[in-house]
Amino acid sequence: MNLNATLIAQLVVFFILAWFTMKFVWPPIVKALDDRAKKIADGLAAADKAKADLTLAEKKVVEELRKARESAGDVRTSAEKQASHLIDDARAEAGRIIAAAREAAEAEAGAAAQRAKETLRDQVAHLAVAGAEKILRREINAQVHSELLANLKQELQ
Amino acid sequence: MATEEHALTASEYVVHHLTHLNNTGHAQENIVDWSVINIDSMFYSITLGLLTIFLLWRAAHKATSGVPGRFQGAVEVMVEMVADQAKGIVHSAESRKFVAPLALTVFVWIFLMNAVDLVPVDLLPRIWEGVYAAGGGDPAHAYMRVVATADLSAALGMSVGVLLLCIYYNIKIKGFSGWVHELFTAPFGSHPLLYPVNFAMQMIEFTAKTISHGMRLFGNMYAGELVFVLIALLGSTATVFGFVGHVFAGTLWAIFHILIITLQAFIFMMLTLVYVGQAHESH
Repeated sequence: MNLNATLIAQLVVFFILAWFTMKFVWPPIVKALDDRAKKIADGLAAADKAKADLTLAEKKVVEELRKARESAGDVRTSAEKQASHLIDDARAEAGRIIAAAREAAEAEAGAAAQRAKETLRDQVAHLAVAGAEKILRREINAQVHSELLANLKQELQ
Repeated sequence: MATEEHALTASEYVVHHLTHLNNTGHAQENIVDWSVINIDSMFYSITLGLLTIFLLWRAAHKATSGVPGRFQGAVEVMVEMVADQAKGIVHSAESRKFVAPLALTVFVWIFLMNAVDLVPVDLLPRIWEGVYAAGGGDPAHAYMRVVATADLSAALGMSVGVLLLCIYYNIKIKGFSGWVHELFTAPFGSHPLLYPVNFAMQMIEFTAKTISHGMRLFGNMYAGELVFVLIALLGSTATVFGFVGHVFAGTLWAIFHILIITLQAFIFMMLTLVYVGQAHESH
């Protein structure tokens, strides 16, 4: 419990150590701490920004989806319209074709019937003449009565 | 010491433990003698001081702003703690550039010097006796005190350092004339009759601050060391009671002392900041 020169020596050591710490220890550590604090602050800011961006993007996506849905609806509507047009056109065309075909068939059938009628008429006349010839044989002269038969054929028409 | 133990009485053992190794080779006779220097105190304080700045320097050297390791994290916690305290007490960023690192150094350094108290009391002195005897010296004169802060000169050396800092900042902040003016007009007021009273009060304040600052640390560590010596003395009775008492009391006191050494280091650091902070304020 005595005082001696240790006091002076300790005092000097005290200041040398403090000087060393001030010069070589404190600044790098404080700098690292400040830098880290800044990094963290920047990171937090970036995270906030990313969150805001995400919200914005989500909003955009919803908007785009709505637009796409709308345009898809438009496309569908117009496609349906076009399809119904096509169907109507096709139906009309088919009707026309059917009518034309029926007409042609009817005309052909009419002509055939006419032809058959005429053939039949010829044959009936021939048969009548042949029958009459067989019955009347001699009395009836084909040349004499051909005029009569032609009249008859005329009447049958 | 085993060979010497039988020759030592309890009081001789304690006195031996409390005698410094100095340049004279025997215990200091006068209360104040500036020709004497305690080699043991200087050795332990310089060694631990170098260890302090080496550890701090290593942390500072590797410090990155990235993810810190455990060691860096531990040092950073201390730096943050000291920086926060300094910011709250010393309101001058310019002064803090020196005072805050000083406070950090003081804290770690005093903590380490105090922590030597937890080394078994006879271990380091016994090793020194062996070395001293091997060198041809008388082991009975191989003095060694390991706790540098339990040396009044060392503790007061540091508190006088803080006093010098306070004077430096008083003059730097207030100007020499401003400080002298304050010495004579504060705390009671500016009146010629009050000048001597004010000056006396100021001197008492500075003296009391410095003495109590150093004495508080010294007293705690000296008492702690003495208790460890007494507990060791209990063990040296070589009875069952002595052995159990030594183990029990030694364990208890060592655990309690962990608090004391940290607390005293912290208090010394805080008072350093407070005193320097006061030097910045006008009365």
